[in-house]
Amino acid sequence: MQWETVIGLEIHAQLATKSKIFSGASTAYGADANTQACAVDLALPGTLPVLNEQAVRFAVKFGLAIGAHIAPYSVFARKNYFYPDLPKGYQTSQFDKPIVGLGELDIVVDGKVKTIGVTRAHLEEDAGKSLHEDYQGMTGVDLNRAGTPLLEIVSEPDMRSAAEAIAYVKKLHTLVQYLGICDGNMQEGSFRCDVNVSVRPMGQEEFGTRAEIKNLNSFRFIEKAVAHEVERQIDVIESGGSVAQETRLYDANKDETRSMRSKEEANDYRYFPCPDLLPVEITAELLDEMQRELPELPEAKNQRFQTQYKLNGYDADVLTTQRAMADYYEAAVKSSGGETKLVANWVMGELSAGLNKENLAIEAAPVSAERLGGLVKRIADQTISGKIAKQVLELMWSSDDNADTVIEREGLKQISDTGALEKMIDELMAQNMLQVKQYRAGKTKMIGFFVGQLMKQTQGKANPQELNKLLQEKLKG
Amino acid sequence: MSIQSEDVLKIAHLARLGIEEGQVESYASDLSNIMKLVEQMNEVDTSGIEPMAHPLDQSQRLRADVVSETNQREELQKNAPEIEDGLFLVPRVID
Amino acid sequence: MYNKSLKELSTSLRNKDFSSVELSQYFLNRIKRFDGELNSVITSNEKAALVAAVEADKRLQSGDGNLLTGIPLLHKDIFCTAGLRASCGSKMLDNFIAPYTATAVSKLEQVGVVMLGKTNMDEFAMGSSNETSFYGGVKNPWDLNTVPGGSSGGSAAAVAARLAPIASGTDTGGSIRQPAAFCGVTGIKPTYGRVSRYGMIAFASSLDQAGTFAKSAEDAAIMLQAMSGFDEKDSTSVDRPVDDLLANLGDSIKGLTVGLPKEFFTDDLDAGIREKVEEAIDTIKSAGANIKEISLPNINLSVPAYYVVAPAECSANLSRFDGVRYGYRCDSPKDLEDLYKRSRGEGFGDEVKRRIMIGAYVLSAGYYDAYYKKAQQVRRLIKNDFVEAFKEVDIIASATAPSVAFSAGEKKDDPVSMYLSDIFTIGVNLAGLPGMSVPCGFVDNKPVGMQLIGNYFAESRLLNVAHQYQQLTDWHLAVPTGFGEEA
Repeated sequence: MQWETVIGLEIHAQLATKSKIFSGASTAYGADANTQACAVDLALPGTLPVLNEQAVRFAVKFGLAIGAHIAPYSVFARKNYFYPDLPKGYQTSQFDKPIVGLGELDIVVDGKVKTIGVTRAHLEEDAGKSLHEDYQGMTGVDLNRAGTPLLEIVSEPDMRSAAEAIAYVKKLHTLVQYLGICDGNMQEGSFRCDVNVSVRPMGQEEFGTRAEIKNLNSFRFIEKAVAHEVERQIDVIESGGSVAQETRLYDANKDETRSMRSKEEANDYRYFPCPDLLPVEITAELLDEMQRELPELPEAKNQRFQTQYKLNGYDADVLTTQRAMADYYEAAVKSSGGETKLVANWVMGELSAGLNKENLAIEAAPVSAERLGGLVKRIADQTISGKIAKQVLELMWSSDDNADTVIEREGLKQISDTGALEKMIDELMAQNMLQVKQYRAGKTKMIGFFVGQLMKQTQGKANPQELNKLLQEKLKG
Repeated sequence: MSIQSEDVLKIAHLARLGIEEGQVESYASDLSNIMKLVEQMNEVDTSGIEPMAHPLDQSQRLRADVVSETNQREELQKNAPEIEDGLFLVPRVID
Repeated sequence: MYNKSLKELSTSLRNKDFSSVELSQYFLNRIKRFDGELNSVITSNEKAALVAAVEADKRLQSGDGNLLTGIPLLHKDIFCTAGLRASCGSKMLDNFIAPYTATAVSKLEQVGVVMLGKTNMDEFAMGSSNETSFYGGVKNPWDLNTVPGGSSGGSAAAVAARLAPIASGTDTGGSIRQPAAFCGVTGIKPTYGRVSRYGMIAFASSLDQAGTFAKSAEDAAIMLQAMSGFDEKDSTSVDRPVDDLLANLGDSIKGLTVGLPKEFFTDDLDAGIREKVEEAIDTIKSAGANIKEISLPNINLSVPAYYVVAPAECSANLSRFDGVRYGYRCDSPKDLEDLYKRSRGEGFGDEVKRRIMIGAYVLSAGYYDAYYKKAQQVRRLIKNDFVEAFKEVDIIASATAPSVAFSAGEKKDDPVSMYLSDIFTIGVNLAGLPGMSVPCGFVDNKPVGMQLIGNYFAESRLLNVAHQYQQLTDWHLAVPTGFGEEA
């Protein structure tokens, strides 16, 4: 039988606020256990929540970016369940009145555009963490993360393959970073994915029973988990069983999903409006303000890069995936004097390679966009060759010097002086008559010998175009 | 709505309340009486009435995104029943 | 001394007739002498109180402070008070030392009051007789066989017995007004949102409101003035200037219209209480007020709606008491579920458990619309009734409670009959209006209270009427037998 995969995603994007959604404690990652859990986060008796303005603004920005309806009034509700990492015994979330309503997002898979519906996005607080290392046979609870603002983005079950799911997740991942509302760091859990997967016989209208897979913190895991889960469900059905509606955990080490025992029990969350918080009002003024603050979005930027900078589709894709990368590129182009293609090559080539090697984000690049642009400018005006430029970049990487300083200090300026080059060529030809003869006898490849010798003599500084031109003239005789 | 013993057990579990076996029936009877009182609400037709969650019709005030709380772990954990390395300890949690 | 008004005490403090230390010691001595029997104070703050009194004396000496500087008081044990236990009347918090102070309490501290201790209360403020307290019931000083009312029974009894000039309370369904009536003192619950709830241990967040107990409307006004005001830590606190509650106390009430809801004056009302309340209304009329019958058509549904809304909110509010971060934890839990169930099962008393279960039930799958949503709709109807009524009248009057103080144990095992003792007070909380209880006589030697209900933020009007009434009567000055001696 032919099976069709149906995928819907719930993405939790940690909002890049300084303080928590309902308290003034810091959201910084990696602090000592419970040092960023204040009285409100610990749910001490008598404490009360007050909503973080920035979290609301971020949610509105997201909604505007996906063309969604922004609720003029949204309501926080309490989702009741007991768990040690949930200090109040309920999670403050939004239920029937989320801040962001229906929107959509276009993805491209195999060159085809597909529109994925975004059902809703709502604000909620994150839980703490249970640490299962052995504390006298007990579990330790760290509540630093408790109360960190999350935007839960729920898609329609519109995806039909792992590839589509990945494209959607990547699209969102790029978008939230563009908007500056989430740092997108998947390792630190700033961008988490739950995937709802079901299968149905091709052509069937109704959905199959879905399983929810949690804990997917990389694109690769999403792909593997979906592939595994689809296979598992088909196996179950084809061997006469039926898929259970359940929560499953992806185990990256074993590359399998397994049922989560603790979540097996059917939960009755008893949602009701949180009486400690009032309806969140989004005024027309705030909507206008957020609309004005909306940055250029990835697609628009991509198109603009292709027209304004004459980049091909591939280069534009690569350069606009991260807003920081795009910003870097544009700044570098500016200081290079408009060398759009050359800068693209250098950003995507040498710079990215260097960053990858040291596992650095573009924001932490040791060579600023301005400095890289300055370097490219010297390649373009033939002060140095591309090869020498790599050497210069290396020296710039470990210092604060700009390209000109390094070129000057290291004497790397290209020799383009025709007279000087001619003199060197004449001397070399005089010393190597045999090779000259061979060349003139038709062995034109011999030009490489002369180029090599001269480059060696000039330590690579000879202007290669000039050198070639002169050599060809002289060798012809 | 009359509340039976099994309802009591179900909601006691939802609310994580340990209830002595001998008390289940008396809870069932108390809760049934309370629900009978509650159901007097059915006397009035409320169709079309907007539910009211707060006494005052106001909207949520927003707090500036400022870190105002510093580390108070030592002070805040003074009431904790069991801690180690700054962590609150609970019986082993199985995911 | 014990029957002096705050103004008199403050004048004496400023005149150095006695110091705040002496005044505080005087009331501490009264607590020692009389409270063994009453059980109204469950935590003494003697040492810190005397330190605070010394500070207050310094402020008085420099001419600093206001009417409350140096005045001793008691706080209901529902308020967090840094460094001092805040038990909320529960075994669950018997070992809980609050690391911070409630906003309402700290506002009072700022003007230099002296906290003598914390008062007994129904567990988590759930009760109308003070019998659900982990620390045992409180006796009503007017008749030691009867209850003081609840949940703020400790504060009411303490002020009635003159163990402190003033005390704080909280009112979710009548928890200030009903015990004030039972104990023959003046109690006021302001408009919802007027006093910050930060640091006040929550029972039902959309209904809870702090207020004051005092001997007179004037004293209640002085204390409420200091407690009130916007607090950025409480999202439901109202950002609006606080009226001067003392400015209009002396105004004539001539021409004012007092509404009497016919639903509160039916044949079911105890004849003795009805007589006393009608006498009080006559007195107000004699001061020039107009009396008008009004109707609150849905008010009879306030108790049913309340017993959905309050339990629903409390079931979630009390989930934080799980034995993990603070509070009672059962001995050697065998697993997580055991930790939760036994800590909560052993830490909470029966009434709290009943309400948590009702709350969980009305919110559970399949019942939300029938109960919770319905109750919220009824709540709006009740509020609308009051809004309509206040288009015609300035103030509403009724009995505070359907009976005088009942005997200890009488209703303990009958939750529903206990709930009905708040039948006149609960609607006010659902609507979020200010309400107060003023002593208006005795039936069988037990105090009777008249409830006055004001429009939103009309505390000043409410206190004005109460004060004018107290200028014409002296019920509020009566002291229970046996508590009249100087300590």
